[in-house]
Amino acid sequence: MKKHTISKNILCSLIALIAIIALLAFLQTNKSEYSYQISILERAAIYAVVAVSMNLLTGFTGLFSLGQAGFMAIGAYTVAILTIPVENRASVYYVSGISPVIENLECPFWLALILAGLLAAAVAALIGIPVLRLKSDYLAIATLGFSEIIRAVIAAPQLDRITNGSYGLKNIPGFPNLYVAFGLCALCILLMVLLINSSYGRVFKALREDEIAAQAMGLNLFRYKELAFVASSFFTGIGGGLLAMFMRSIDSKTFQISLTYDILLIVVLGGIGSVTGSVVGSFLVTAGREWLRFFDEPLTVAGINIPLFRSGFRMVIFSILLMVVVLFYSRGIMGSNEFSWDGLGRLIRGIPAKLSGKGRKQKGGNP
Amino acid sequence: MSLTTFLQQCLTGISLGGAYALIAIGYTLVYGILRLINFAHGDIFMMAGYFMIFAMASFPWIIAIPLVLAATVILGVLIERVAYRPLRSAPRMSAMISAIGVSYLLQNLATYLFTALPKGYPEIPFLKKIFQIGGLSASFVTFLTPVLTLIIVYLLIVLINRTKIGMAMRAVSRDYDTAALMGIKINAVITFTFAVGSLLAAVGSVLYFTDRMTVFPFSGSLPGLKCFVAAVFGGIGSIPGAVIGGFILGLGETALVAMGYSTFSDAFTFVLLIIILLIKPTGLFGEKTTDKV
Amino acid sequence: MKLRKILSLTLCACMCAGMMAGCGSSSSSSASSDSGSATEAAAETTAAAAAESGDQVIKIGVFEPTTGENGGGGFQEVLGIRYANETHPTVKVGDTEYTIQLVEVDNKSDKTEAVNAAQKLVSEKVSVVLGSYGSGVSIAAGQIFADAQIPAIGASCTNPQVTQGNDYYFRVCFLDPFQGTVMANYAIDNGAQTAAVITQLGDDYSSGLGSYFKTAFADLGGTVVSEEQFQTNQTDFKAILTNIKAQEPDIIFAPSSITTAPLIIKQARELGITATIAAGDTWENSTIIENAGESAEGVVLSTFFDEAEPANDEAASFITGFKEYLKANDQEEIIPAVSALGYDAYLCALQAIEDAGSTDTTAIRDALANVSIDGVTGSISFDENGDADKDMAFIKTIEDGQFKFLTTTTVKKTAPSRCRRLCIWTPLLQGDAKDPRLPLFLKATSGAHERLPRSFSICRIQKKWSTAIPQPASTVLPL
Repeated sequence: MKKHTISKNILCSLIALIAIIALLAFLQTNKSEYSYQISILERAAIYAVVAVSMNLLTGFTGLFSLGQAGFMAIGAYTVAILTIPVENRASVYYVSGISPVIENLECPFWLALILAGLLAAAVAALIGIPVLRLKSDYLAIATLGFSEIIRAVIAAPQLDRITNGSYGLKNIPGFPNLYVAFGLCALCILLMVLLINSSYGRVFKALREDEIAAQAMGLNLFRYKELAFVASSFFTGIGGGLLAMFMRSIDSKTFQISLTYDILLIVVLGGIGSVTGSVVGSFLVTAGREWLRFFDEPLTVAGINIPLFRSGFRMVIFSILLMVVVLFYSRGIMGSNEFSWDGLGRLIRGIPAKLSGKGRKQKGGNP
Repeated sequence: MSLTTFLQQCLTGISLGGAYALIAIGYTLVYGILRLINFAHGDIFMMAGYFMIFAMASFPWIIAIPLVLAATVILGVLIERVAYRPLRSAPRMSAMISAIGVSYLLQNLATYLFTALPKGYPEIPFLKKIFQIGGLSASFVTFLTPVLTLIIVYLLIVLINRTKIGMAMRAVSRDYDTAALMGIKINAVITFTFAVGSLLAAVGSVLYFTDRMTVFPFSGSLPGLKCFVAAVFGGIGSIPGAVIGGFILGLGETALVAMGYSTFSDAFTFVLLIIILLIKPTGLFGEKTTDKV
Repeated sequence: MKLRKILSLTLCACMCAGMMAGCGSSSSSSASSDSGSATEAAAETTAAAAAESGDQVIKIGVFEPTTGENGGGGFQEVLGIRYANETHPTVKVGDTEYTIQLVEVDNKSDKTEAVNAAQKLVSEKVSVVLGSYGSGVSIAAGQIFADAQIPAIGASCTNPQVTQGNDYYFRVCFLDPFQGTVMANYAIDNGAQTAAVITQLGDDYSSGLGSYFKTAFADLGGTVVSEEQFQTNQTDFKAILTNIKAQEPDIIFAPSSITTAPLIIKQARELGITATIAAGDTWENSTIIENAGESAEGVVLSTFFDEAEPANDEAASFITGFKEYLKANDQEEIIPAVSALGYDAYLCALQAIEDAGSTDTTAIRDALANVSIDGVTGSISFDENGDADKDMAFIKTIEDGQFKFLTTTTVKKTAPSRCRRLCIWTPLLQGDAKDPRLPLFLKATSGAHERLPRSFSICRIQKKWSTAIPQPASTVLPL
């Protein structure tokens, strides 16, 4: 019986995988027609990587860190500096010139991405030593502080010849094709899932549940916290690098606190402690923001112009929706569950019961 | 640096510090009781600025200011009712996320209602009177801010130490559950705390914006964050700590700019935070807490 | 087990993708309709209807911020474009009359959003893009338009990076290096010896313009006594201004967004700073007067356009017509320079489509490179970078709560002895002494080059320059 279910699930998954690849192939061949949809999907996929990496910390290890934007900035600048074609550099560093150290440093994007992750991880390792001694809110505010410091350093005129300070970097090569963009995002998420399901992942969860108990079990708290922090920052850095490739031009203003908040909202919406939740959340949020665009347009119903609909209304609706989720569905879309075919099946079967008001407890997938 | 410049910078720093202190108290009060970083506090401060613009459009300042204070208190209490109370028993992280959500909502709401363009803050004539002492030049509000801050802090300390409601606040902040068992109306105390915090934010807002003269939807975010740092620096939960933290931050920031490092004035705030957290994680005047198993 | 999870994960992504594709297509609908399928249907019906009545539809994208930091300015630019569309609703391509449809997207003054907004225009298959207010978003979108081979015409993005290295980006305004030089010249001419510069950290417009001003001012013999930076969203400028006050500069140059302008102006005056405060084109906005009130008196800025001095007939009719339009739209009746530029950008696009004689985007691009029109902000033609050969800036001051025209500064091409003013320098050719146009330039400035400041080696000579030298009569400017 069990074997039968598994094979059925594999079948479903395979079909899904093929569907994705078919969709990608379709989009790839009709690139110009669907460029808008593609750009939304790409952005969502990149946010998904960062959201999952944040979830790795917040949801699985119980460390509330708000430093995502800073690590993304490190990753993005690393990728940008390493991949801008050498011949374009003089025109990119048009104000202060380029430092001879990086003038001829160019490498393929995949290497740049790995280096971006490593650099972010290295910085995280350094920051982690003092910061991870702090508890909950203090940790959040300290990481937030570090992210702002990183941003200030990047924008500082003293570093003009490396980061181009206030002027930003442009001419960053984009993704060669869709498969690379989505493949990289999927790979990053996959690696994180593997980490979460490994024995390390179980230690992370133990830390989340009860730090003192975990310590009593003989676990080296700091070591595992540092590990989670570094791993999360590694993927955040790669996410930042991917964002740079997506945007093709970056400046320090992109990496403000609001970026961290955006990611946090995705994680919350998707469900803290659920990888699939974060992925679904990031696609929903990114698409939702675009979809809600019609709220910004003037609306006329039966010849009457409804005064509410004007520029900025979209973001109000969006933030109200978020508050509703936070207040009434604090578990988010997935809670701490992961997606599974069984869960989906149960959910569908549970709908009639739920409609009659009885099946409330059956919500979600298998634990 | 000439003496005049030095004095002028000191004046700027002290005045800035006074405004920071008033906002920082709001953070410290709420954190002391709920263990919640009220991320929306900076935005309440910003909304108070907008309230003032509208109040002054139709009333003289003597009526407008009480109106603004009342409106801000209502806003603060309302936020607590709607966004924080339902999450009282939820994990701390949820409440914090809710606070971030409220802050996000207020900013977007302000952008929608009042547009992203800056709005001029109305002038209250006697506050804006400019004094010239030698080479120094400053408006009355610059001198008033630190003085008023100290008076308010004194009153607040009296309130907390001498009155019944103050005692209740202290009890709730010390031990939430026991306080409830002792018959203290927790909800009333928390509402009161938010009211006081918002009131101070409104006072701070009047002083701060009269001095700086323009309000826009994001004008609360940066001061808000800095004041939170000031509160942590002084030891969150401690009112004298918040005041001292506010002044240190205001003076330190001004000193940094005066020395020519304006690029790093924001980074400085956070460096200060991290240093204090590492040396004395509970802040200058914070109480030591231990985790119970 | 693991495999299952992985696979289910991918499936999940797929589901989202499916969902997204749905959402995506519906959001790609233009302002006029509600859902994806409806759009297509609507577009088809319009096209069909158009074909019946003998003309067809050509789309022009409007890439502007209407929310965010630059929302106010962006909207003014959109108004100019909308008005242009009202007065010139059709274009002749070959023998067929095409109706122009504007596709407006909001880039929210944010680079990440700008990417999506630009992609939306690409998938809407617009023929030309107009915009944007704010150079940062234009730079971000530039690469996308270039990849899609859609020409873009910037209206008021003044940063050199917008068009540099991008064959598909053009612009109808002058550049920051020019603007910085103009302001430095103005300062020196009015007896300023010392200057302080305030720029916004992390903002390319502000930092760029500030640095050009600095170089030009120093080369003209002035001293920059103080350089200060401030953060985005900063509201307190007192410490910075106290520093500046101590240095007693004659002029404070503070290029920044309109959000910061009133803060700087008011706080400076309160601290008793009497120096002239000057800035760039962004400050020509009535919000500054509204918010800074009396303190704003005496502020000097450079801009693109002056309604009191119509450059030509086109401008005269624009001024009367657009004022009516502003009134109809509940706006103040002062014509913002960016609206005029938006109008001009639209006219350029129209002319290019007509010249190209086709709706093909590459053909339009090629036509744009050679387009030459008399716009309301002066005559416009593009050089090899795609920048308008604009050689005139209007300097205005605020007086009695109004922007008052002070003087025009032009690039005086026929007066070698005053060649300091002639040059628009960009670091484009920085260090490139081998540029073939350089000897020509030096010859033209005969003898004067010995007196030239150091930075002349980085001077870029406009295309018009090299051709104009033999016959100076042809370079008389439309003043």
